[in-house]
Amino acid sequence: MPTIYDIDTGGKAPALEARDLSVFYGSKVAVKEISLTIPANRVVALIGPSGCGKSTLLRCLNRMNDLVSGARVEGEVAFRGKNLYDTDVDPVEVRRRIGMVFQKPNPFPKSIYENTAFGPRINGFRGDLDSLVEQSLRQAALWDEVHDRLSDSAYALSGGQQQRLCIARTLAVKPEIVLMDEPASALDPIATQRIEELIYELKKEYTIIIVTHNMQQAARISDYTAFLYMGELIEYGPTESIFTNPREERTEAYVTGRFG
Amino acid sequence: MGTAFMVLCGAATLVGVVALVVLLADLALDGAPRLSWSFLNSFASRFPERAGVKAALLGSVWILALTALIAFPVSVAAAIYLEEYAPQTWVTRLIRLNIANLAGVPSIVYGILGLALFVRTLGLDRSIISGALTLSLLIMPVIIIASQEAIRAVPSSIREAAYGLGATRWQVVRTQVLPMAMPGIMTGAILALSRAVGETAPLIMVGAVGFIAFAPTGVFDSFTVLPLQIYNWISRPQEEFHQLAAAGILVLLAVLLTMNAAAILLRNRYQSRR
Repeated sequence: MPTIYDIDTGGKAPALEARDLSVFYGSKVAVKEISLTIPANRVVALIGPSGCGKSTLLRCLNRMNDLVSGARVEGEVAFRGKNLYDTDVDPVEVRRRIGMVFQKPNPFPKSIYENTAFGPRINGFRGDLDSLVEQSLRQAALWDEVHDRLSDSAYALSGGQQQRLCIARTLAVKPEIVLMDEPASALDPIATQRIEELIYELKKEYTIIIVTHNMQQAARISDYTAFLYMGELIEYGPTESIFTNPREERTEAYVTGRFG
Repeated sequence: MGTAFMVLCGAATLVGVVALVVLLADLALDGAPRLSWSFLNSFASRFPERAGVKAALLGSVWILALTALIAFPVSVAAAIYLEEYAPQTWVTRLIRLNIANLAGVPSIVYGILGLALFVRTLGLDRSIISGALTLSLLIMPVIIIASQEAIRAVPSSIREAAYGLGATRWQVVRTQVLPMAMPGIMTGAILALSRAVGETAPLIMVGAVGFIAFAPTGVFDSFTVLPLQIYNWISRPQEEFHQLAAAGILVLLAVLLTMNAAAILLRNRYQSRR
């Protein structure tokens, strides 16, 4: 019995809506008939134990799962009134408008400038690339640290800086939604804090969906939290109520650290 | 017991090294006096003092350049298709397995194929182009396998990053995968070409001629190559021709070592850049 959790989006159209979304790897079900609404300009956290399907769900939201051979998606994801899985939808276009930041910082083996400019370049950006790069690096709170060495290799940056570069690179394409797959899990506490502050800033302009295994992080940065377990959406609601007053026993057991 | 084993293994290593050193020393003693500019710049002749490797050296260079020109793009394209585009089905796996097997087919078999296909059916005759096409078939599996490995070594996180920014498959391949895989592909291609430069059997099949007294001017000219010229000289009774053969082998070795050095150089540049 799939559960549908609707969220009060304050009269604004939701940024994204999953309806009865299931994902299969071969015959294995990774995500079971999940429905949830992502409100615009909010941070939504997906939490749950390893292997619960939270990363798989995230990758469905911009069709990154297309790249995994043997992955099959059922159900729909509505984005601006269109199902992302309709046959006339170009997954490349989807990924331009719904960007993604990955678990491990994965800059290209190029300069800081070229990393940031890559997205606009391949998308045929015409205009002032220099100022777009600067703007994106500023948005990612990296500009002050790198403005005098834009031509240095991205590999010369620290892990935290690399991850902020990856965020800047994503923002340079001007997406509407940014998906983040445990973006701080490979970083030290100080770098993590910077990323969290950054996410707080970014939600003014973007909708952010973040997968995290760190419950304190989810509690700190997200407005809404979805708890997944064994591929099912157990509970979804305002972060505060998920953490202080969960309706489901399993949610409570997980957020209080009794399993996971 | 342990010491005995070590000595045994050491001796086994020495067999290879000693054989190589003796071979090289013997060659150098025989051939070095014959090495000169006029040896490199003279055509074959029945007078040993006037004979040189010019035709064979030029033939080898022509064949090599043309083979590289044909085999490299085709192999890299095949590798890209197999790694980045082909669906993972049993057909793809079968193709992969067959390419691996093709890399082990004796070169004379390719010679027979070249003779039937290029020389006879396509009417290309006993020309440089027939030889180059045949050698291309011979080394393509090797380059494809090396390229596949180089492409596979590109971290999937880099591909994901590019796809995540809205890159098309072609853009991912062109802007990220190929540049990162290129040094590995180049290394594989050069090593494959250095195999081609030493090949004799398939070229005899497609009609490389032992005695050529002119420099090739086009791809439809008849030709000879270094290994064939060396074989030709060795099979003559006169001692002087044996010395010429030794000198020819030195030239061939120089070509080979240069190519291998280039491969190593490329690999090192790649590794230091990372």
